[in-house]
Amino acid sequence: MPFINPTTYQKAAKIALENPQLRRNLGKATTAIREKRLKVVAELPDWQALRDAGAAIKENAMQRLPELLLQLEQSVQKAGGKVHWATDALEANNIVSRIVKAHQAKEVIKIKSITTDEIGLNDALKGSGITAIETDLAELIVQLAHDHPSHILVPAIHKNRAEIRELFLKSFNIKPEDLSDEPRALAEVARRYLRQKFLTVPVAISGANFAIAETGTVGVVESEGNGRMCLTLPKVLISIMGIEKVLPELRDLEVMLQLLPRSSTAERMNPYTSLWTGVHMGDGPKEFHLVLLDNGRTKVLADEVGRQALHCIRCSACLNVCPVYERAGGHAYGSVYPGPIGAILTPQLIGFETDHAQSLPFASSLCGACYEVCPVKINIPEILVYLRGQVVEQKSGFFNLEGTALKSMAWVFMDVKRYELAQKAARVGQLPLAKNNKISSLPGLLAGWTNSRDLPSVPKQAFRDWWRENKGKS
Amino acid sequence: MKISLFITCLNDTLYPKTGIATVALLERLGCQISFPLEQTCCGQMHLNSGYQAETLELVRRFIEVFETEDAEYIVSPSGSCVAMVREYFTKVCEWAKDTALETRAKKLSERTLELSEFIVGILKLEDVGAYYPHRVTYHSSCHGLRTLALGNAPYTLLKNVRGLELMPLENAESCCGFGGTFAIKNPETSTAMLSDKMRCILNTKANTCTGGDNSCLMQINGGLSRMNTGVRTVHLAEILTQTEGGA
Repeated sequence: MPFINPTTYQKAAKIALENPQLRRNLGKATTAIREKRLKVVAELPDWQALRDAGAAIKENAMQRLPELLLQLEQSVQKAGGKVHWATDALEANNIVSRIVKAHQAKEVIKIKSITTDEIGLNDALKGSGITAIETDLAELIVQLAHDHPSHILVPAIHKNRAEIRELFLKSFNIKPEDLSDEPRALAEVARRYLRQKFLTVPVAISGANFAIAETGTVGVVESEGNGRMCLTLPKVLISIMGIEKVLPELRDLEVMLQLLPRSSTAERMNPYTSLWTGVHMGDGPKEFHLVLLDNGRTKVLADEVGRQALHCIRCSACLNVCPVYERAGGHAYGSVYPGPIGAILTPQLIGFETDHAQSLPFASSLCGACYEVCPVKINIPEILVYLRGQVVEQKSGFFNLEGTALKSMAWVFMDVKRYELAQKAARVGQLPLAKNNKISSLPGLLAGWTNSRDLPSVPKQAFRDWWRENKGKS
Repeated sequence: MKISLFITCLNDTLYPKTGIATVALLERLGCQISFPLEQTCCGQMHLNSGYQAETLELVRRFIEVFETEDAEYIVSPSGSCVAMVREYFTKVCEWAKDTALETRAKKLSERTLELSEFIVGILKLEDVGAYYPHRVTYHSSCHGLRTLALGNAPYTLLKNVRGLELMPLENAESCCGFGGTFAIKNPETSTAMLSDKMRCILNTKANTCTGGDNSCLMQINGGLSRMNTGVRTVHLAEILTQTEGGA
């Protein structure tokens, strides 16, 4: 994946946590959306049943994935579209470049799509002399700032309006007195710039929230209407979707279109839902291409526990409730997929070889807030714990202090005599460290704790010793 | 009622007072308690650190120690260790494809309960006759809140403690930042979460923060103590065991 920052979560988070502006922006934004989500979810008496239905639909789709994808291909072709299969990012980027070049286009307009960020499409197109223009306001902000998205749904969540105003002043050569930091004024600047692009650029690129195997219908949900412009005005439309986005039947949308907006933007219904099936004379694009992207997904599907990560419908509810995301922000995860879902999806897609990938399953306190809100009931804490096992496996064979410590502790816990000896040893061993029944400084691995927190000292008598003395004979 | 006490390695070693309070409380409520001295650790720390082979052996050992206990329930003053038994024992067996052990794990997990859910749900008691004249706020640890869905049980018990003024905690459902190995592997993020939790606790003007998990309380107290806030943490069992003029 192109936007992979090889810095480990811990190191990246440390830097992010030192940025008070970022902490304020994130805290404000996530708190607001969390409260809004609770309200709209509470309106539905059958919310839990909807979640069950969503989970069942995705599980069924994953079990029948090969069959559904072939059915989707046939349905799209029948409706006049073309289907391309891409094993990895390179193949997908080449397919898109080829299509754009065939139309002699120098510019393409884009609907917000994380899948295209995953494959680094914009940079690849640039290499072919093609400029990709992001038309989602937040994506445009990120693009103009030469930055990376930090949230699945709100890519510029790490920026506030004062920062955006500064960016627009520079990017569009506006005099300070001509632009306030009112959201309306800022949006107007983007609108004027984009409207011209919608009317002149011949090729549009989108992702896909869903694709229906039964009918060949592809769907995108969005809030700004820029998507609708991209989907209807240009001559050529190219949609890139991960293979896990396929759903069996059109009626599955009844469930998904209730779950998604309430979980993502905390709206009853998203402002724009676009569904299109192939091409139509005199309406919309004359040419439609659907690129089906694997890029590691088949490998994820093969893992019985980890495959749940493919059920994700990219609502980002897990990011908004995550206490870790709220503090450290999206960039700390070093991937286009941040937050809890990123922590389980990224390492599975890219493999566990790097320090960065190995750090991600540990970027969670396992509080379970993500699982509680997930509209398709992905048990993220369970997968995190499971993937930690894969990290340890990857590291086995290399000496590491933590592994030695934990294996020794397991050896101690396996025998009660060794355990009781260890309790006594801890009591003696702490003597130089404990003052006033607390320990304020520890060396090595445990320094991370005592740098900011005291630790209680080990009391003279363990519970079991008290039990033996007082209750043992009764 | 016969119960078997699962004390947890953390309480056994660092918080014996919680264990002693649990015994006194449950005896007062009419339980007959056994404590299998063979018990050590449930394996949660190893599971959360990714050492699954070691976890499986600790799970097996735990099951061997407790399944032969002549007790209707296994009760523990720790939500997270009970969550390990209830939620993860079967998963660990499943991942290791040990179906025989999985069946035993399932059976055992069905009768393993956290202290407050045992008192309210099984003993059907809401007032345990406690007296604790302090201003107290309650931290609902994530495992108790979400995995075990303890709901109102701990609040109900606290509300019925005479002399106790229960202070509502803002953002009560958010994590304190402990997360076991997380607190050491990601100390900066953990501390940022703790700072916000401490701010909410201090805002309540309570002088005591209680909870059902000494692991979270160790994190919270670690910060409160370092900052010399004058607010302390006390396990729920230690509050419920206090009676007027006694204990």
